[in-house]
Amino acid sequence: MRKACLLAVHELAKGDPRVVFVGSDITKQNLEKFAAEFPDRYFMEGIYEQHIIGMCAGLAMSGKIPYINTIATFLTRRCYEQVLIDLCLHELPVRLLGSGGGTVYAPLGPTHLANEDLAIMRAIPNMTIVAPCDADEIKRVMMQSLDWHGPLYVRIAKGGDKVVSSDARGFKIGEAIPMREGKDVLLVSTGITTQVALEAADLLAKDGLTATVLHMHTLKPFDSPRVLHYAAQARAVLTIEEHTLIGGLGSAVAETLMDAGQGGVPFARLGFPDVFTEELGSQAEIMGKYGLTSANLTAKAKQLLSK
Amino acid sequence: MEQRALIDSRGKDHRRLILQMLVGSGRGHVGAALSVMEIVRVLYDDILRVDPANPQWPDRDRFIFSKGHGCLALYVMLAEKGFFPKEELLRSCHFGSRLGGHPESRKTPGVEASTGALGHGLSIGVGCALAARIDKKDWRTFVLIGDGESNEGSVWEAALSAGKHRLTNLTVLVDYNKFQSYGPSKDIQDLEPFADKWRSFGFAVREVDGHDVPALREALRATPFDATKPSVLICHTVKGKGFKTTEHNADWHHKAKVKPEELAALLAELEATP
Repeated sequence: MRKACLLAVHELAKGDPRVVFVGSDITKQNLEKFAAEFPDRYFMEGIYEQHIIGMCAGLAMSGKIPYINTIATFLTRRCYEQVLIDLCLHELPVRLLGSGGGTVYAPLGPTHLANEDLAIMRAIPNMTIVAPCDADEIKRVMMQSLDWHGPLYVRIAKGGDKVVSSDARGFKIGEAIPMREGKDVLLVSTGITTQVALEAADLLAKDGLTATVLHMHTLKPFDSPRVLHYAAQARAVLTIEEHTLIGGLGSAVAETLMDAGQGGVPFARLGFPDVFTEELGSQAEIMGKYGLTSANLTAKAKQLLSK
Repeated sequence: MEQRALIDSRGKDHRRLILQMLVGSGRGHVGAALSVMEIVRVLYDDILRVDPANPQWPDRDRFIFSKGHGCLALYVMLAEKGFFPKEELLRSCHFGSRLGGHPESRKTPGVEASTGALGHGLSIGVGCALAARIDKKDWRTFVLIGDGESNEGSVWEAALSAGKHRLTNLTVLVDYNKFQSYGPSKDIQDLEPFADKWRSFGFAVREVDGHDVPALREALRATPFDATKPSVLICHTVKGKGFKTTEHNADWHHKAKVKPEELAALLAELEATP
């Protein structure tokens, strides 16, 4: 997914002289062509995220569209005040491309996990947050990013994730995509949990239950109308996210349902509890330990439907 | 470096205005405003290429007022140059005003960046200077930072980067008044050897009496100090400059509810000063 993302930045740079790339001491893989073709718009900077955000604010104030890539946790937490003031308060078109969103860096331990990035970015006015589900979808995100108003955070997943998105369903930042429609249960997902939700829908189908899978690739602005539309047709609503249960997708769906007076529907959220996920191992193992699996989502859905 | 320069009649006018703003708004960071007043005056009088009728002119010089709390001085000069009517000065900080307790670019014409949280402006300035270089434009970037602000690590991140990129179109002005909110900087976080720090980060350095208008003008006209490096002008200043009561007085770092007798005493002192 990161490869598709970075190659897309190069494509954008070919067509628009405002595009600038800024990295923070990251691998040169997939960046060589950009560096060779546009050396004056290519910046490989040091390990100082606060400075990089401010620098990109200055570039954007002067007419550039900077794309920054580094590890998601350092791009969100380390420089939070710069993101809030320099980018969001000024509504500048800076693109934050966060590698390793969620538990991608599970084997490297808790310092490298970004399990709260969506929540802390959601709290800032003017921020847009996108968590694509696969490498094809991130290309669509990137193509629309050029003219998107204001700052944009893109949560990049591990890569090699099963491609489930398609051009046929269209893509627009801010508009949720129904990946499948059913009448029994609504599964709301974001990022790579959309693959998990689709698998769960298959499992439910074996028991004669049909599910809508609503892919919320954009966490902010939140497509509340679509959530409410599909929730109104379902007997139960479940959310699944590779993120803390505080302030992410599940919170946004719950807020939406309650605010609209649709809080009566049976409802469950899957995500990380309020702990540091200290186990090492793979992303899949961590997600398995905390129940972010199609089997668990299916079981939880059946529980809700049987009540 | 000693600060021997006397405040001239225009400097006194500026100080009267700052006091009026303090009364009008009910509060303000007086010490910092009095410290940077001459620096900001020389920039707008003699150095910056700006157009008050067209604050967003693409080829203007950029002035990032990073120590945002000193903004009363900035507002005085912006009003004097015609970026907005002078009457607005007396209603700063009030509901509906365009002038806040810290400067905001989306509210106030002539303000380039919203500052107030310290340690942000130099990085923004580096980005502006890089953009001018990419576009092969000759507009320049000036950033005013404080010495207390220089406690922030992000200032030195930006300094590293400016040195690396050899940004000759970037000039940093440091308001070196050696006093911060709590008291003398040397007791809180000494910055010495300060000029050497900047040199070692790749800057060409000069020092000046920050209240000496001709000396400031001469130094700023000489930028860039080196054809291959960014410049820093360390301006030796006095926090609260202009009044015995306010100079080096932590009580006047941020002042709210100035009493009428305090105001009268300050104005009288200004009249009595040669």
